[in-house]
Amino acid sequence: MSWKHKHLLGLENLSRQDIELILQTAKSFKEVSSRDIKKVPALRGKTVVTLFFEASTRTRISFELAAKRLSADTLNIAANVSSTSKGETLLDTARNIEAMNVDAMVVRHSSSGSVFLLAQGLKCSVVNAGDGCREHPTQALSDMFTLQEKFGRIEGLKVGIIGDILHSRVARSNIWGLTKLGAKVTVCGPATLMPRGIEALGTDVCYDLKKVLKQSDAVIALRLQKERQQDKFLPSMREYSCLFGINQAKLKEGSDHLIVMHPGPTNRGVEVSADVADGKQSVILDQVTNGVAVRMAVLYLVLGTKS
Amino acid sequence: MGLLIKNAIIVNADKIWGTRQDILCEEGKIIQIAPKISVANRHLHEIIDAAGKKVLPGLIDIHTHLRQPGREDKETIETGSRAAVKGGFTSVMCMPNTNPVIDNAMVAEFIIREAHRVGLCNVYPIGAITKGQQDGELTDMAELKASGCRAFSDDGKSVLNSRLFRLAMEYANMLDVLIIEHCQDPLLSAGGVMNEGVVSTRIGLKGDPGIAETVTVARDIEIARYLNARVHLAHMSLARSCELIRFAKSQGIKVTAEACPHHFVLTDEACSSFDASTKVNPPLRSKEDVEAIKEAIADGTIDCIVTDHAPHTKEDKEVGFDTAPFGLIGLETSLGLTITELVKPGIIDLPKMVDKMSFTPARIVGLANKGVIKPGFDADITIIDPDHEWTVTQEGFVSKSKNSPFIGRKLKGRVEQTICNGKIVYHAPIA
Repeated sequence: MSWKHKHLLGLENLSRQDIELILQTAKSFKEVSSRDIKKVPALRGKTVVTLFFEASTRTRISFELAAKRLSADTLNIAANVSSTSKGETLLDTARNIEAMNVDAMVVRHSSSGSVFLLAQGLKCSVVNAGDGCREHPTQALSDMFTLQEKFGRIEGLKVGIIGDILHSRVARSNIWGLTKLGAKVTVCGPATLMPRGIEALGTDVCYDLKKVLKQSDAVIALRLQKERQQDKFLPSMREYSCLFGINQAKLKEGSDHLIVMHPGPTNRGVEVSADVADGKQSVILDQVTNGVAVRMAVLYLVLGTKS
Repeated sequence: MGLLIKNAIIVNADKIWGTRQDILCEEGKIIQIAPKISVANRHLHEIIDAAGKKVLPGLIDIHTHLRQPGREDKETIETGSRAAVKGGFTSVMCMPNTNPVIDNAMVAEFIIREAHRVGLCNVYPIGAITKGQQDGELTDMAELKASGCRAFSDDGKSVLNSRLFRLAMEYANMLDVLIIEHCQDPLLSAGGVMNEGVVSTRIGLKGDPGIAETVTVARDIEIARYLNARVHLAHMSLARSCELIRFAKSQGIKVTAEACPHHFVLTDEACSSFDASTKVNPPLRSKEDVEAIKEAIADGTIDCIVTDHAPHTKEDKEVGFDTAPFGLIGLETSLGLTITELVKPGIIDLPKMVDKMSFTPARIVGLANKGVIKPGFDADITIIDPDHEWTVTQEGFVSKSKNSPFIGRKLKGRVEQTICNGKIVYHAPIA
């Protein structure tokens, strides 16, 4: 089984074998991060640029560490809106950076599909670090890696994704990845934040959190943006938290082996209560640790392909 | 000075002529149609042999954007006219969302003057319904009518204020001018960039629900019924809109409607490419909607086919799907798409195509001397080869903009010659 993709734009277009290869590669890289000397020369001489048009701490740092632990040179660009207000388009900005001979560009942008525009217009590898509401493949891969670590398998697992499904790229990537690997995904959240026709992606829809907690092996709580209330999707954060927030009392509905995940950053007391986030069923920090390993695997694989 | 078309198989909206005819045009009018017209003793400046071709009344597009004044980098009256005649159009009506807006006589007169200077096709400005298209006050419609506006629209958006729209329809009815409504409730659209459905859910683009169109269609039909006034609904894109219009027509309500080729050729699946030339308003819809639009064209629910030609520069379109402007160019592909997708599969025949692209549009906007090849009518004539296959290419477009989702597509049906006011204004390249 070999890797054939120059870019990682999402999980929708990857095969089950592709995803398994990433997870398998990540496993060996996770060991690197636990060493005293946390570095291998796999990408020595390669240049990896992170180009973020949206604020991010965790994902950007995770990619930077991943590249550094593979001995690549890294450069971080937090492109704010001002470069576009100067009349420079996304593609222009990226082409200018590429002209300095970079090998991979890790991109986050608020526009769904923007990574396709870049992949078509650039010669270097493009890795999607989140495009609009479409995909956030490395987050889903971290989640899947974590699930595999905890359960030893993904096939047959029942996973609930809770919250703002409509705007969530994490939800979409997880739906693609988990269903390809044989898990059963149920999405759960307010009807106003449930995208039309989501069942067509191979998920069940359920509006009853308790029911989802009861049936699941793992639940992924999504971050709820405060703007959703201003956009009238929700009556109040309080009501959201009552219906879809996970606290210790509700967690008792589920089985003992149920694990709670969150892509971060958490709004404590909204999506998950503090005692749940810090509790023994939470694997939120494992997801962060595994994120580095998964991103090492992705960078290693895309930069290893001959285009 | 005259022009003679020999060996013409004439296609009017009512029939295809069974025998070849000669058509004589003088002073911009069709003078005579006869099996054999002698060239002796006549001052003919042009003789065209149309053998093997079909001869149609010049196509009429009542919904196009020429961008001048204001966005001459996207299109001008000159480049738009060139695209029009290449696409077989002898008359186009341009929408008022220019800068400045066509909301006063001066802008309308500028467009007519400039079109006259260019001298390729007839250009009729459409006046804005509200000043600055701001949904606030009605424009001076009588004055705009006097300076050449036959129709009024705030195209690009609906007249959201229902009372104002009622007043506009009452006023326009008094003046016997047409109100063309862009049916889209912006509060329901809520910034959507493609059709809301499974595809938008899959690819994470913000969805624009079909109800943004249909609630406005229903509202406008109700106002038209109440006032017993005419309303023309622009670029219908949904099965449900067709059902509402069909019902309204069955009740005798004075509603007419148009559809664009992209809405009967492409589905929202095309947006998965994130090619911004598939971003259009109203958005590309589902397969069921595409089929319903075709059916509605065939059964007369949809009265005419328009291009909604909306040129945008590469710079404007190449900024990501979310932020790119809506619209695609259509003047040069409309006939080919209609022949390929509607005529060749037998959904409509050639006379019906002429009905949808020339005869009925002329009737809707009151161009009494157009849309028919008949002595006494204007010498606006389009000669086509319905079997000629060609491929849409970026280089092939004469429009200033190239934002077409049809690049690379093979089409049947090509314009051979376009004649406007008795003058040859376009001739297809030889070979």
